[in-house]
This record gives sequence, C-alpha cells and structure tokens, in this order.
Amino acid sequence: MSKKRDAKKIVYESARDFPQMPMSQGSMLWNKTGSWRNIRPEIHLEKCTQCGICWKFCPDMSIVIENEFPAVDYDYCKGCGICAEECPMKCIVMVEERK
Amino acid sequence: MRKVIMGNHALSYGAMLSRTQVISAYPITPQTQVVELLSEMCADGTLQAKFIKVESEHSAMAACIGASIAGARTFTATSAQGLALMHELLHWASGGRLPIVMGDINRAMAPGWSIWTDQNDSLSQRDTGWMQFYVSSNQEVIDTTIQAFKIAETIGIPAMVVLDAFALSHTYEVVDIPEQDKVDAYLPPYKPYARLTPDAPCAFDGLTGPEHYFELRYKLQKDMEKVPALFDKTGREFEKIFGRRLEAVEPYLCDDAEIILVTSGTAGFTARVAVDEMRKEGIKIGNLRIRMFRPFPFDDVRRILAKASKIAVLDRNISYGYHGIFCQEVKSALNGSGSSAPVFGFIAGLGGRDIKAASFREIVDIVRRQDKPAEEINWIGVKK
Repeated sequence: MSKKRDAKKIVYESARDFPQMPMSQGSMLWNKTGSWRNIRPEIHLEKCTQCGICWKFCPDMSIVIENEFPAVDYDYCKGCGICAEECPMKCIVMVEERK
Repeated sequence: MRKVIMGNHALSYGAMLSRTQVISAYPITPQTQVVELLSEMCADGTLQAKFIKVESEHSAMAACIGASIAGARTFTATSAQGLALMHELLHWASGGRLPIVMGDINRAMAPGWSIWTDQNDSLSQRDTGWMQFYVSSNQEVIDTTIQAFKIAETIGIPAMVVLDAFALSHTYEVVDIPEQDKVDAYLPPYKPYARLTPDAPCAFDGLTGPEHYFELRYKLQKDMEKVPALFDKTGREFEKIFGRRLEAVEPYLCDDAEIILVTSGTAGFTARVAVDEMRKEGIKIGNLRIRMFRPFPFDDVRRILAKASKIAVLDRNISYGYHGIFCQEVKSALNGSGSSAPVFGFIAGLGGRDIKAASFREIVDIVRRQDKPAEEINWIGVKK
C-alpha cells in the first residue's frame, strides 16, 4: 500500500563523492523498518469514527489517512500498539505477525 | 579607531564586527564580560543578532549547533568547567562540520576551585576536532576572532580563540578596532555548504554506518591538514587590509639563536622581554610563540627550530603522567626531522601563578647548565 517511491541504498565508493558533513541521503526510503515488527495493527473501519487519534498518536507517522479513513503504512509501522491502546472505539487490534 | 579595552571586550568586538548572527552562552568567570557586552549590543541594536539565553554550557553549544546548521554565523564563549560541560557537543560541532567560533578564556580546572589561568581546560579538548588559536594581546584577540570566522567558514571546521584568564581577559590594552567596512571586505557573509531549510528538507548528523563514518573522519583530517596554508593565506589577506600580519607561529630573534624558548599565550610576550634582556648580555636566545595549536604547525616549528642547539618549552598545562602538552608536540615535530637538539620541558604558572621575565631567566640558567635534560619536567616557581 505504500505510496513511497522506490529507492536504493546509497553507498559511496570514494571519499570525494561524500558530502562534507553527515546528512540524510533519503536513507529511510530504502530502510523499511516495518520488518522489525512482531505484532501488527489491523483497523476495522466499520467501527471507526474518523476521530484521527491513531494518526495523531503514532510516533512513527505510520498511520496515513486514505479517503478520510486511517490506514497503516506497514513499510514503517514497528507494531508498538499505541494506536490500538489509544483508539476510543477499540477498532484497532494487534495480531501476531507471521513471517 | 584606537580604544583602551579589556581582552574580554576585544572578543566581543571581534564577534560584533564579524556580524555574528546568533550568540548563545552561559556566563562563567572569567568569560562573563564577553557575552555581557554582546547581550547589550544585541539589546540596543548595535548588533543585529539573536542572543539565546540558556541554562548551561551544554545547552549553549547545542543552541549554537542548531543555529549554525540553519546557516547563521554563530559565536559563543566559555571557560574551564563550562568548556568541559560542552565536551560532547564539541564533537557534534566538528563532526557536523559547523564553523562555530568560540572564545575560551583559559581557567584552571577545579578542584581546587580556581578562576585563575592555565591551559588545561582548552588542551583537554585537543582531540575534539576544533581548531585552537592561542593569542597573547588584546589586538590579537580581536584580529584572530575575525580571522577565525574566515578560516572556519572556508574549511568547515569550528575554531576556538583561546586567551589567558586575567593576564589577558581583564587586562586593558590599546586596541586598534577595525572599521566595519574593512571587516566586511575581509569577511563576506557566511555561505553554508548545506543548511536546514524547508526549501530542501534534509536531516543532519543521523545514523552513519561503518560503510561511511570512516570517510567522514578521513575528510575532516584532510581538511585540517589544509588549515596551515589557509591560515597563512587569510593572514596575508588580513595584512593587506589592516596592516597587521597574522601567523600560525611567531618567531622572535630565532635566526641566529642557540637557545629557543617555545611559548604560547601571554607568556609569549613575557618571554620577549626576557629575550631582549638576555640578548643585551650576549646570550644568543630567541622565542618561538605558537599561536595555532590545532592543527599543529609541524612544518613551521621544524623549520624554525632546525638550527637551534637547545630548545626549552614552557607549558602552562600538564598531561598528568607525562609532561607539558606543547612540549610533547614539539618533541613529536622534531622526531625524524634531523634536529638533534635536546628539548627541555618546563611547567610554570598553573592555576594563575605569575610567569615573570625572571621565570625565563631561571629556565635559561637550567638549559645552559645541562647538556641534556636531567629531568623530564623542570618545575618553575613551585614550592617544592
């Protein structure tokens, strides 16, 4: 579901090509941290009131609003469960990740 | 304009004339007047800059780092325990390649609690990747501050301007304060290599893996190695505009000297007085004052000391378990250079005890009596 563009890891071969200082080269485009997850949030939209609390509380900006409803960006969601804990309608459940 | 000012205010004027845009500092004796005057200049509009008050030196350097990443010309000043508290952030400034300029007023480290001068505070930060310039007059304070911004911004490395507590910081001298238009001609506005801006979003100083970290450090060292030539170039440019030459090392009567006294800071000028006196008595003696400590001016030091038959290094600092820190550097500079001159190490003036012209006479008496150093450390003025 990710709308992020594809990116490759940048590895410089020569010190000459390096920037002068450590600065981001878009590393989070390829470094998809969702693989760290052991449990995954699943949103049951039939009970969702579109309050946006899950979006607001997600510490990794992994809740995205699509067509006015929340969805999980599994490329980056690490499964912390804060969205499920905070959802007033309890429509987010955490389920075990099967790898 | 010629004015009688204290060393601390010379630092403030240097920062003001450099059109510093952000200053963040925490007051500590003997640095206080530096930022006191700058805060007044910010308040009355003399200086168009943001003065950020903070609760510690750690936060002061953190604020400077943020301002510098945002593209502002940034200044701070501190002493002793304050500098030690900044230690972690000093690495962030140099590793992040931010041309922050900082005044450090050399104050002895506690305990025993001291406000008086010695160099152990700044020399404890030797390996943080900052340039260090040790000055010996109020004129040099103001001139070197302006030059430090130019070097730092050209090469992307932060710089410390280091001066002795009280012996310079609170001593009033006549200073030729440069005209603003001349300083503007010498030091153009800061153009950062990259900066934090919404126009080109980018994160700085993030996680850097083993595939890249090593090269960043390699580049920092390679750029450090360019500084001696850059110091010379910017020193000559300074001379063209202001008529005063700024050099990484300052030899005095060294050409025919058999004994050369190596010094730094205010002790450098005191040494000159002693050299003049002893020259009158026919002693062939000279003085080499080291202004740039990091990067260390190896080539200059080797060249000037090459002809000396004996070398005496005066340190107002100590590396416990070895000896004086400038002495170590001089010895390592001479290693393999072909010089067979013995290097005598002297430690004097710790915690603000006076270094007088007579101290240098005592040093020279020891050097003349001995063919080789009898002691690793010769203590001058200590109550043994």
